[in-house]
Amino acid sequence: MAIEITMPALSPTMEKGTLAKWLVKEGDNVESGDVIAEIETDKATMEVESIDDGVVAKILVPEGTDDVPVGQLIAVLAEEGEDVADVDAAPSHAAVVPTPAQEEAEVPVKETAVSVVSVAVADPAVPEGTNMVKLTVREALRDAMAEEMRKDGDVFVMGEEVAEYQGAYKVTQGLLDEFGPERVIDTPITEHGFAGLGAGAAFAGLKPVIEFMTFNFAMQAIDHIINSAAKTRYMSGGLVQCPIVFRGPNGAASRVGAQHSQNYASWYANVPGLKVIAPYDAADSKGLLKAAILDPNPVVFLENELMYGESFEVPELDDYVLPIGKARIFREGADVTIVSYSITVGEALKAADKLAEEGISAEVIDLRTIRPLDIETVIESVKKTNRCVVAEEGWPQCSVASDVSAQLMEQAFDWLDAPVTRVNSVDVPLPYANNLEKAAVVSADDIIRAAKAVCYAE
Amino acid sequence: MTTKKSTKKTTAPARRRTKQPAQYNASNDELVEFYEQMLLIRRFEEKAGQMYGMGLIGGFCHLYIGQEAVVVGIQTALKDGDSVITGYREHGHMIAAGSDPKAVMAELTGRSGGCSRGKGGSMHMFDPERGFYGGHGIVGAQVSLGTGLAFAAKYRKTDNVGVAYFGDGAANQGQVYESFNMARIWNLPVIYIIENNQYAMGTSVNRSSSEIELHRRGESFRIPGKQVDGMNVLEVRAAMDEAVKHCRDGNGPFILEMKTYRYRGHSMSDPAKYRSKEEVQKMRAEHDAIDQIKERILDAKILDEAGLKEIDKKVKAVVAEAATFAQECPEPALSELYTDVLA
Repeated sequence: MAIEITMPALSPTMEKGTLAKWLVKEGDNVESGDVIAEIETDKATMEVESIDDGVVAKILVPEGTDDVPVGQLIAVLAEEGEDVADVDAAPSHAAVVPTPAQEEAEVPVKETAVSVVSVAVADPAVPEGTNMVKLTVREALRDAMAEEMRKDGDVFVMGEEVAEYQGAYKVTQGLLDEFGPERVIDTPITEHGFAGLGAGAAFAGLKPVIEFMTFNFAMQAIDHIINSAAKTRYMSGGLVQCPIVFRGPNGAASRVGAQHSQNYASWYANVPGLKVIAPYDAADSKGLLKAAILDPNPVVFLENELMYGESFEVPELDDYVLPIGKARIFREGADVTIVSYSITVGEALKAADKLAEEGISAEVIDLRTIRPLDIETVIESVKKTNRCVVAEEGWPQCSVASDVSAQLMEQAFDWLDAPVTRVNSVDVPLPYANNLEKAAVVSADDIIRAAKAVCYAE
Repeated sequence: MTTKKSTKKTTAPARRRTKQPAQYNASNDELVEFYEQMLLIRRFEEKAGQMYGMGLIGGFCHLYIGQEAVVVGIQTALKDGDSVITGYREHGHMIAAGSDPKAVMAELTGRSGGCSRGKGGSMHMFDPERGFYGGHGIVGAQVSLGTGLAFAAKYRKTDNVGVAYFGDGAANQGQVYESFNMARIWNLPVIYIIENNQYAMGTSVNRSSSEIELHRRGESFRIPGKQVDGMNVLEVRAAMDEAVKHCRDGNGPFILEMKTYRYRGHSMSDPAKYRSKEEVQKMRAEHDAIDQIKERILDAKILDEAGLKEIDKKVKAVVAEAATFAQECPEPALSELYTDVLA
């Protein structure tokens, strides 16, 4: 059978080209890989190689022809043993027609949020009479890791100063003593490298907990968090999993300057394939970090340095695991919903106290998980209060607050009596000076002002 | 920065190259197997190039033609449980790992029968059952990931090794050295295969590298390295056997620099104007990996021309079947858009 040579596509975008020159003539012998023609595209002159061994039987498009469409028959080769004169120059197929999709269905309506969770998901009931213990957030995080490491030998902790130094912020205190250096591993200062190493270990089925001394340093490693950890499952059609936790302090601490103070919640929340958690208190830190370690997906777990030393009541249970993707109504109220997460929940609660003194009843929702985002809980609250303020220590543009506002506009527009208002940090790199830093971050007063505004109160 | 008119630096002599490099003592059957595998990869890639030209394959498509001896020599030295990872020029690695050529070609055409069910494409193929972990598009990323795969082998107290392939271009990425450092301080069983095909897209090693003897790049990490003629499958295999033994014996990482050459452009849309046709032709004519092994088979009278022709036919049939499958197989169902994002 004759071998058909068609006008090749030589770049992802090429649709037609100029057949500049034939380097063979009819009757020539060619071997697979021989250059037979030159084609000019909009970008370059490219060589066309023969796709098979044979004799050039017919040249159908003369050199110098412009705008030859990709897929058009340009020459025919006779195969070994075939008579050149017998070769039929008529194309056996017109042009390349892409195979239709399995289903010629209409394009589906695009879903804006794929990773949603069911509203039915709820925190596990804490049995009555359960002993409550006071734990710092730091201790709660440590306990979460230790409990999961005791249960599963595949869980290990890796990062800078996590072992012998006992953690730069002492979050991994005691882990080295209990689990040894094979499972609690000090790394060199190599964020890009150990984030990638962790992701590779997770491909192999281990469950790494990678600590960044702060998420500001994870900027060095963000390629592995996104391109390697978050996307591989999808790119492999589900063949390769990456059960890994990236954790560490996030956001501003106290007067550590612009490069150590950024909140990355909205950055990671933008990425399908990741789960993003940012707890406020100790119980949630414990229950959600355990859930993150148990989760088969890559999880970004954003802590806050200023919260590490804060104490909260934590239920004394053998295995306290909270659902990822479920917001928590921290305080019920009727007049305005204040949505927040991480350290700013504390400011929101302070604001709610003060607002109550002025006769405004605020409901405070802690998102806890940023992706998947539990917008249902927020909507349900807004249906009751008809007003919403979203408070977030972080820059305003493309923030988590922006996204909550947009979703409320799309899904709860008819329930709103005032525009959803964002309360974010000031849109500047965080300054060092005490007064400037205070002015830049979100305070309870900022939230109170916004809450009063949406309530049209003085 | 000013560029000198001549970009060629004086090439330093290969300091560590042994005068008579070891050759793997292959049995007759193994020689034929190497020949068949290399030929399958080449014919597969030629077909892929052709199908790209026909518009059946989209996006970027990086062909492995010319480098076949590297992957065949390396892969045949591995055992079950060993892991392999590489960059985006990985069709040959999939085939050498034993993946079904039909699934590889159908991934290239973006069909439901592709190894990633059409969601990965040319650069993102995986076969973890055969120890192959991709298929990564960010230059150098596979080096850290592959070091992590080797970390897992050690963590689990196996004697398995991890192989991380990367090119001469990736050899200049920072994370490669972060990985070297960790691999050495933790003695990880990882073999770094530098496929030095001498051009990082259009930039030659001489223009991009202060130390062009890439096997020496591990010296400041105390990682042994060796330069190998990557066009000779028997030298590749012999060097790999040594590296594998070094790793399985618990001695930590090893670097093999494979001096190889790609005949085609960096990707299908690369006119390759940065090198002369004569240079390419010389490599093809004098150093071709498949021709070398073919001569050996004929000289040793293991097979005659007719016997080799039979193999050619068999390989051609496998490739033709893959090409047909890849065109007839339907595109993924639209519902696939939303699956495999999360477990």
